[in-house]
Amino acid sequence: MTASPPQEAQAAPAGPPPVIGPPPVIETRDLYRIYGRGDSEVRALDGASLTVQPGEFVAIMGASGSGKSTMMHILGCLDTPDAGTYRLDGVDVSTMTGRELSRVRNRKIGFVFQSFNLIPTMSAFENVELPMIYAGVARRERRQRAALALSMVGLTSRAKHRPGEMSGGQQQRVAVARSLVNAPALILADEPTGNLDSTATAEVLDVFGQINAAGRSVVLITHENDVAAHAHRVVRMRDGRIVSDTAQDGPSTIELAPVPATTLGGEL
Amino acid sequence: MNPLKTLVFAARAIRANLTRACLTLLGVLIGVGSVILLLGVGSGATAAVAEQIQGLGSNTITVSSGGMSRGSTRFQNLTLDIAEALGDQDSAPDIAEVVPQVSTSATVVVGSLTTSATVIGTTANYFAVTSSDLAQGTAFQQVDVDAARSVCVLGADLAEDLFEGADPVGQTINVGGTPFVVYGVMKAKDTTGGTSNNSSLVAPLSRVQRSLTGYGNLSTLTLQATSTDTVDAAAAEAESVIATQLKVSTSELSVSVTTQEQLLSASTEVNSSLSAMLAAIAAISLVVGGIGVMNIMLVTVSERTREIGIRKALGAGQGVISAQFVTEATILSTAGGLLGVAGAFGASNFTILGTKPVITSGSVLLALGVSVAIGIVFGGYPAIRAAAMKPVDALRHE
Repeated sequence: MTASPPQEAQAAPAGPPPVIGPPPVIETRDLYRIYGRGDSEVRALDGASLTVQPGEFVAIMGASGSGKSTMMHILGCLDTPDAGTYRLDGVDVSTMTGRELSRVRNRKIGFVFQSFNLIPTMSAFENVELPMIYAGVARRERRQRAALALSMVGLTSRAKHRPGEMSGGQQQRVAVARSLVNAPALILADEPTGNLDSTATAEVLDVFGQINAAGRSVVLITHENDVAAHAHRVVRMRDGRIVSDTAQDGPSTIELAPVPATTLGGEL
Repeated sequence: MNPLKTLVFAARAIRANLTRACLTLLGVLIGVGSVILLLGVGSGATAAVAEQIQGLGSNTITVSSGGMSRGSTRFQNLTLDIAEALGDQDSAPDIAEVVPQVSTSATVVVGSLTTSATVIGTTANYFAVTSSDLAQGTAFQQVDVDAARSVCVLGADLAEDLFEGADPVGQTINVGGTPFVVYGVMKAKDTTGGTSNNSSLVAPLSRVQRSLTGYGNLSTLTLQATSTDTVDAAAAEAESVIATQLKVSTSELSVSVTTQEQLLSASTEVNSSLSAMLAAIAAISLVVGGIGVMNIMLVTVSERTREIGIRKALGAGQGVISAQFVTEATILSTAGGLLGVAGAFGASNFTILGTKPVITSGSVLLALGVSVAIGIVFGGYPAIRAAAMKPVDALRHE
């Protein structure tokens, strides 16, 4: 549960991952993503290398234009790098085809977006079920897991509500529940509190804290210092490169969880 | 992802935009409905003609004068002599009845009503040979023909025009200046696929010649063969007898000898080519309906780009996404097709273009198959476009 010192992570030898212990959740090496050509060339990623070990809670920070969104898209397998390698949970995904990538997104990654990205015509419960439908989970199990995930974020009573009938904080908690249901190796959150007020922000960050406490790796992209303060490790980006990588103490405040932390993520 | 779930997602997306969906399927509905209905009109007309063949018996032959013959300046006219020769059992054993006819147009006056009608002068066997049954009164007899009596039988429509529901039997009408006593009224005949005598006036040949046409040539001769099997033989005999009478060879004969079957098959041919043309026009509207489906699916895909991005981020593969949109388009077009079939069945209760449409299961299956295919084909392109989007681009879409 303790974060590995980033220096150690950075110093991991090139080539195959270490034989001892589980592979890193994220291991990128010299990622490049370049838009445009010639004078108008923009290097959104300019040789970014990052390693995240299982169970880490990492915040990626940077101003707009620093490349953190591009980084997030590539880490989430929503986009592919122009050069460099990316191993997700020990598997090289940088050469995968579209079909394989959609499988990886489905099984290995749980997304939480700034604008929630729930499907407006579906109820909270159905939104949470959706990744499992794509994974081919049987109906009975799907229902059990969706109900459990919603109870973890404290929204059992809102299961039948559509996103439009919920507050921003509630919608984001539904999105978090949705990100958990396929028991992914990595929860990837892109400015998850960007559209939330301070109360909702605290609620959502609390849920992330619990998820991480249950052993799941969380990578959170933000430009707010007090959000990043909840992470154990802060990675700063500028001009498409990683410019600093520091470990820090856990969340400044740990609030009491409404659900025992051991059940969070652990059973999913 | 299981097919049922795909269907549920598609149905849900359609329900979210119900008005638009209804308008879209209206295009397919109209296309499918009109294709089925117009094919039905075609088969209805064909069925009516077939019924006529049954009703008439297919053993009648029509002989009409063809004007000038090839290589000759002499008119080949039909005369009573020819009619008599055709009635000769020795030279034409397969001809049972000969019905000579003259026809002319005359003004008919009853009281203050004046109308113009076709007057047919003929012999008493006309009614039996042409299956012209009487609805009221009686037909005239051979004695009336021999005595050139001024009597007549009215076609159903003409009787209605002149007497407007009153009983015409025994009334006297003025035909081209000559008073005629109405003996009877014929039953209305189905007009599909041929001419009828519904608005004609039938009178003894001798009287019509004396009062109206003069003793000139006959207009047509209707022959009846001894049975349906001897029709072709009877027609051949008729040609040879007429050629002999006109002193020409059969190859020089310009008089046309047409069996009922030939007439009806010609009319069937006209019917079927007409209905094929109508169905082709209707098929164009079906294609337009399909383009409507494609249009709406393209709009849907671009409206739901973000949703596509979300679904892809959650792990929906290209197949799942494209299946969803193809299913949506197919539901729309199939629903339109089914409603079109229902509409066609509804409309088939009415008479269209003078025909009661007969809807065949073949045309229903064809149109339904086409409407399903429309969903797949016209929904395919938008679906492929949706599936090919990069998730990162789709998610950025506002």
